Amino acid sequence: MDSEIQLRVDGRRKRLRVDTRMTLLDALRDGIGATAPKTGCDHGQCGSCTVLLDGRRVITCLTFAVAHDGADITTAEGLADGEWLHPMQRAFIERDAFQCGFCTPGQVCSALGMLAEVEAGHPSVATDDLTGPVELTDEEIRERMSGNLCRCGAYVNIVDAVRDGAR
Amino acid sequence: MIPFDYRLAPDVDGAVAAATGWGGVAFLAGGTNLVDHMKLGVAAPEVLVDISRLPLDAVEELPDGGLRIGATVRNSDLAAHPAVRRDYPVLARALLSGASGQVRNLATTGGNLLQRTRCAYFQDLSTPCNKREPGTGCSAIGGYTRQHAILGASAHCVATHPSDMAVAMAALDAQVTVLGTSGRRVIPLVELHRLPGDEPHRDTVLSPSDLITAVELPPLPEGTRSLYRKVRDRASYAFALVSVAAVLRVEDGVVRDVRIALGGVAHKPWRARRAEDVLRGSPVDGSPADEEVFRRAAEAELAGAAPLAGNGFKVPLARNTVVSALRGLSREER
Ligand SMILES: Cc1cc2nc3c(=O)[nH]c(=O)nc-3n(C[C@H](O)[C@H](O)[C@H](O)COP(=O)(O)OP(=O)(O)OC[C@H]3O[C@@H](n4cnc5c(N)ncnc54)[C@H](O)[C@@H]3O)c2cc1C
Ligand code: SF4
Ligand code: FES
Ligand code: FES
Repeated sequence: MDSEIQLRVDGRRKRLRVDTRMTLLDALRDGIGATAPKTGCDHGQCGSCTVLLDGRRVITCLTFAVAHDGADITTAEGLADGEWLHPMQRAFIERDAFQCGFCTPGQVCSALGMLAEVEAGHPSVATDDLTGPVELTDEEIRERMSGNLCRCGAYVNIVDAVRDGAR
Repeated sequence: MIPFDYRLAPDVDGAVAAATGWGGVAFLAGGTNLVDHMKLGVAAPEVLVDISRLPLDAVEELPDGGLRIGATVRNSDLAAHPAVRRDYPVLARALLSGASGQVRNLATTGGNLLQRTRCAYFQDLSTPCNKREPGTGCSAIGGYTRQHAILGASAHCVATHPSDMAVAMAALDAQVTVLGTSGRRVIPLVELHRLPGDEPHRDTVLSPSDLITAVELPPLPEGTRSLYRKVRDRASYAFALVSVAAVLRVEDGVVRDVRIALGGVAHKPWRARRAEDVLRGSPVDGSPADEEVFRRAAEAELAGAAPLAGNGFKVPLARNTVVSALRGLSREER
């Protein structure tokens, strides 16, 4: 069964026909050609498919495209202003926070979604006082970024990059 | 994945109507469990009723001080809600210890309750499994059982329920509101999930067209403390081997109210009534002497444990986690 949906992806309006079985990730990559989000595990376990959906970080491999008609999506590609990279992307480069780079688009989107959560005062399980202000310690970064795996094991530098990018 | 008919639920009643009369129907909320199962072939609904846009996404503070949580409230929004952080820390911490930030932003209250076991054989179509295909046998018995049950299992299934949130809600005496073809009903959360018995394919008492609309939490009396302890194979982003949700109110050095639920040990969030009975009325003063009654309570609960070949460690682990949770509460740790 096909269905017509409309998405705004990295600022551009897209109309597309999707099979109802198509995940949002496949619609982005194969339907629109937005290949920044990566197909890693395809089962919600690695975070490489993370994008910002209406401003919030989500995985895209376990959700059907047809359920997101009208959504506004930002992929890692849409964070840059032409050749001018987003400060979080620059921090990943400056800190050598990747080797192969496969997990990086998901890491960067996740980091920005995470910072918005911190900004809003949302605690994590690493936060001592659930009702107090949140301080972005390295322990907080590690806990809040635990949904993004890196097969190259660049974790130490990813924590550095996220800390820098948060400034 | 077999093709399916996708229907966006127009409203709450329309969702139930759209799901009625079909054998292979499922509600689609965040999709983080259902879509996974559809990809694996574990679930193959012919009709999907999308409930993710229904106006069930509010958390309301009730006049009596309790809380009503809509079925489509995202796990992340629930954990961040000021009333949950202030009054129900056990629930906030249970939610925040589950999955990852980008999964919790999709996952909903209803979907979290009805997520299915993470038993590896259940997810693997090539192995027999009574839960997935009734009558084929249980591959876990005699197989890999590290994640499996020590309480309330049967000869037909030894799976555990994987939710953290549901364990906290069990300790909070939550009530689940369900809308079905014959109207609305309220089910205590501890009676929502079933023990496997000889029908392990039935996780809960619900039928396929029953829609969870809300979960209500009664208020906690002044001076009540609560916490959630989760033990897992890595520090973050893993399901519980054992978890403990505990609610405690000590007055004048005596336990007035105590509610304990265990996760990772049974086919449902396991309310530890035997342990509660030992504790209620016992003197507790925050000193090392409390340890004795905490241990007796945990041991009373676990006396009926029947560990499998690969999970004997869960018995002392559950005992120690109960003791440590109670110690934390009686000493105002987190
Ligand atoms: C990598 C990963 C790690 C995870 N780790 C954890 C963890 O550590 N702890 C934990 O607790 N969970 C964990 N989860 C599970 C996650 O919490 C669940 O997948 C999620 O809560 C399910 O919610 P959903 O809205 O996405 O449900 P869906 O997938 O949409 O639905 C799940 C089931 O519930 C039914 N359903 C949904 N809403 C309703 C309703 N209102 N009424 C009736 N039926 C309904 C659906 O038909 C389906 O059968 C993890 C998931 C992933 C992918
Ligand atoms: S424990 Fe239950 S879910 Fe796992 S294989 Fe046995 S019957 Fe299936
Ligand atoms: S590809 Fe989506 S989480 Fe791994
Ligand atoms: S840089 Fe290779 S997976 Fe992270």
